[in-house]
Amino acid sequence: MSELKTAEQHNAPLTGESQSHEHPVDFPGYLRRCLFIFIAILCATSLMIWISFLPEHYTWAAKVGMILGVATANAFVVAGFLMHLISEKKMIYTVLAFTVFFVIGLFALTLYAMHDFPTGTTH
Amino acid sequence: MDIPYTVQPRPETGLYNAKVGIWLFLASEVMLFGGLFSGYVLLRVGADQWPHGWLNVTLGTANTIILALSAITTLLAWVACKVGNFAKFKFFHACTLLLALTFLGVKSYEYHDKWIHYEIKLNDGTFADGHLVEKSADFDLAKKTGTFTIHGRIVTDETLLYDLRSQKNIQLTEITVPAADIKSMENYGPWHNTYLALYFTLTGLHALHILGGSIVIGYLWGPGRRMWKTDHQRFTNRIEVSGLFWHFVDLVWIFLFPVLYLT
Repeated sequence: MSELKTAEQHNAPLTGESQSHEHPVDFPGYLRRCLFIFIAILCATSLMIWISFLPEHYTWAAKVGMILGVATANAFVVAGFLMHLISEKKMIYTVLAFTVFFVIGLFALTLYAMHDFPTGTTH
Repeated sequence: MDIPYTVQPRPETGLYNAKVGIWLFLASEVMLFGGLFSGYVLLRVGADQWPHGWLNVTLGTANTIILALSAITTLLAWVACKVGNFAKFKFFHACTLLLALTFLGVKSYEYHDKWIHYEIKLNDGTFADGHLVEKSADFDLAKKTGTFTIHGRIVTDETLLYDLRSQKNIQLTEITVPAADIKSMENYGPWHNTYLALYFTLTGLHALHILGGSIVIGYLWGPGRRMWKTDHQRFTNRIEVSGLFWHFVDLVWIFLFPVLYLT
């Protein structure tokens, strides 16, 4: 442990600005950002729960659509700000573009097969 | 042998090796969970009935908050590395680890709750449904001996057991059923129905990811942190890569929670 403390002292002068190749870093700024993100996630979660308890005259499809919409927005916040996807390198976007293409293909094939879905999956 | 670009970014991509590697791995993970989610869609659309209210929304919400907090602490651990503050790194990484273990604890409780939940078909055509309280020592369904006590209710129509959300003020009492009155019985394991098979598969795979991530985080917090002294920048990169995996695990839960608990 004491060795690690020594290491910390040795490395202490290193600041985020000088080390960072991609994302400038300052701790208080990140702390504020994290607080906003956490509040956003809490709000999105609360909203999803509220939608799920809406009265019967909202159809199941409408509720599912709204909930998945909020979940997607929530996912964008996490991916964009926590995973830094809003300011990443082109290489990562290229990998993700291929992934999105194949995932969409996967779901499209599922939807295409809807007329041929397995019956008897009663509950 | 000196492996190039473990610390400095490769000029062509602007990324160090491990970061390219983790994103390729995450792409494969997206396909894995994407396949399971599309399987869920296919089976759910094909189902005539689907259970509602079988899972505890409060516990699911608690786990959502726990995982969101852990995503925040893992990011702050990386930021602490970036600014060279080892004490803060240790603190935030320990928080992440504790939150991950809490998540697994809550999930284990939920699994146990399903494990001791029984649906019992009685000889008179009714259904006793509830959580196991006591099983007599001589209980044997095959020999029709002993008794089985649950905390639950008896319904005449099995469909009443599917949609719990639409039923208000469900009264639960302690019911003791003699083995001689039982036609068949089954707990709420993955074999019980399609919904529970999907629930256990999706959340089980997700929990395995949490466990794997916890082992990595635990290693970097424990023995792996020696690298802080020898190669600070590379250690910071490791924290970033493990953090990216952790955020992905959080992303999966963001969709699992509404899909399984709320819809």
